[in-house]
Amino acid sequence: MPPRSLLTGRTFMEFSIPAYCALIAAMGVLAYMSAKRRAMHVAAGTVTNEISRSFHSRPNFHGVFAAGLVTLLAFGVMIGGVIAGLPGWLVIALIVVLAGLAFAYTRTTIRANFKARNVVEFAIKSGLVICSTIAVLTTIGIVLSLLFESLRFFKDVPVLDFLTGLQWSPQTALREDQAGQSGAFGAVPVFAGTFLVMLVAISIAAPTGLMIAMYLSEYASKRTRSIVKPAIEILAGVPTVVYGYFALLTVGPTIRSFAESLGASVPTQSAIAAGSVMGVMIIPFISSLSDDVINAVPQSLRDGSYALGATRSETMIKVVFGGALPGIIGALLLAVSRAIGETMIVVMAAGRAANLTANPFEAVTTVTVQIVALLTGDTEFDTAKTLSAFALGLVLFVITLILNVIALIIVRRYRERYD
Amino acid sequence: MTENTSKNIKFTCRDVRVSYSGKEAVKGIDIEIADRSVTAFIGPSGCGKSSFLRVFNRMNDTIPGCAVTGDIRMDGEDIYAPGLDPVLLRARVGMVFQKPNPFPKSIYDNVAYGPRIHGLAESKADLDEIVHNSLKRAGLWDEVKDRLKDSGTGLSGGQQQRLVIARAIAVSPEVILMDEPASALDPIATAKLEVLIEELKEKFCIVIVTHSMAQAARISQKTAFFHMGDLVEYDETDQIFTNPAELRTQDYIMGRTG
Ligand SMILES: Nc1ncnc2c1ncn2[C@@H]1O[C@H](COP(=O)(O)OP(=O)(O)OP(=O)(O)O)[C@@H](O)[C@H]1O
Ligand SMILES: [Mg+2]
Repeated sequence: MPPRSLLTGRTFMEFSIPAYCALIAAMGVLAYMSAKRRAMHVAAGTVTNEISRSFHSRPNFHGVFAAGLVTLLAFGVMIGGVIAGLPGWLVIALIVVLAGLAFAYTRTTIRANFKARNVVEFAIKSGLVICSTIAVLTTIGIVLSLLFESLRFFKDVPVLDFLTGLQWSPQTALREDQAGQSGAFGAVPVFAGTFLVMLVAISIAAPTGLMIAMYLSEYASKRTRSIVKPAIEILAGVPTVVYGYFALLTVGPTIRSFAESLGASVPTQSAIAAGSVMGVMIIPFISSLSDDVINAVPQSLRDGSYALGATRSETMIKVVFGGALPGIIGALLLAVSRAIGETMIVVMAAGRAANLTANPFEAVTTVTVQIVALLTGDTEFDTAKTLSAFALGLVLFVITLILNVIALIIVRRYRERYD
Repeated sequence: MTENTSKNIKFTCRDVRVSYSGKEAVKGIDIEIADRSVTAFIGPSGCGKSSFLRVFNRMNDTIPGCAVTGDIRMDGEDIYAPGLDPVLLRARVGMVFQKPNPFPKSIYDNVAYGPRIHGLAESKADLDEIVHNSLKRAGLWDEVKDRLKDSGTGLSGGQQQRLVIARAIAVSPEVILMDEPASALDPIATAKLEVLIEELKEKFCIVIVTHSMAQAARISQKTAFFHMGDLVEYDETDQIFTNPAELRTQDYIMGRTG
């Protein structure tokens, strides 16, 4: 039971942190103004033409240095005090005393040769480095956990069986108490399903996206472009779950009833239903990125082509498109990796049966669908069934990583070409 | 039509004006340009040389907001007539730009681009011959004959400029317009280019914009001096450089303005 404030009856934790912060901020501001003022005063007394003896840092750097030292120290005291559960008055007292000492110290540093600017620059640089390190470390942590859980899975199921097995039925395996036996964890149908859905999506999105890009960059007037481009980009902002039920409730049934009218039977959930809606979703990736790279093709190339008597479409197809091709391929690869990682649409509209098929009119399952299926509901996280989700995730991660790296390399090469 | 019947006049211009979004950059120019010779356009930066040059192959059509008025005839034919297709005109009037702009294709494909579009070659052998002849005419053949498959963008600046000239020649135009073709080249590449222009004028009508007085004096037969959108003086090159009629021309040539 933490101690409570006599005044408000709340615990010191609840009541104090904002108050401490306000106090610290106020002290920081005071330290800044005071140190800056003092520095200006001192600097005024050391006017000289010799660089070696002149006042090194501008007054506001001294101010920032003082404020930074005071607030950092006070902040540390606050965190330590709160964690140790000290009473509020004691924390405040400690803050004031220690910050006061720090301030007193900064007073002594305000002189011509103290390099406050360098200290401040170093502190800013360190802060930035720390932030990016945190982001990188988080990524590494995620990858490592993916890796270790996968390794646990691969103890039960050999890697080769996982990567080449043609049968995927983790649920049955569990029921029959056969976890880890080869056959049940063959991931090929799952990846085949992912690939099939991706193929459907790309074969819809690539031509549409490219034609939109060509229209926008070569034919549309500035005005049209300024309206149409953002309008298409909205497609990318629609929540994927909305696409999901659109696929499940509209596209799937439409395809089924159309097939029925032709005498064929197609399930509501199918690779084509999920893939076509996903295709619509990734159109803006392709159209916007391609539009950018097409625009980056220098006008001088177009002029050169026109001057040879080429028409607009000849110029576009033979010169502009060729010039932009590496960038366009990069855009396509990014769209593909987006399609492979997409989850919500396929969960809702692709089905769950791990069919090994090349027929887009059948229900298929994808990596992401399986991961969702494996990890939702009451599960223990040490069975081969749940661990297999990590193995799937790892392979998926590696694939999209490779795609992204290739795409980025291509795009970079392309940039260099016109710089 | 009398002036057009004269055999060695290629272009006749009457009161040509070019404006960008209503702002006039070329202000009513009358000029006649001779065939099989080099005509140089000189004048201070921004005086409308490029704008006027682009009149001859209707490249101004591709610039939004740009309007051209006046009567411009090539071999007596109005090149701004409503029914005339600028695409066909540009096959007859080639252009070389200030900055070499080879396509990101192989050297061969760069030169073959125009002939392919216009269906000038019946066979692969025909096309090979056109490419060969054009590169040879442009003085580039010996330097690139072993690497026709390499990218055109990998050549040096001077080679690129000769490559785009070869590309222009390959469609057998009648006229070649050059807008400061040597401004990105070193003296040696420039000298080569000038030799090339000297040869090309035997077959083509060449109009060249240049900022180099010496270059204009060396290679052109006639020189036109522009100033703020006006054609100030147009005469034999020797005349312009030794005994200009206008003070403004003299000032510019002596480097006193501009
Ligand atoms: N695309 C354009 N849009 C608007 N104005 C233009 C355009 N091109 C040229 N102008 C204007 O027309 C005038 C003449 O330009 P132009 O490029 O013809 O000059 P120039 O004599 O070729 O100059 P330079 O020697 O610098 O190349 C200038 O005032 C310029 O600002
Ligand atoms: Mg110019």
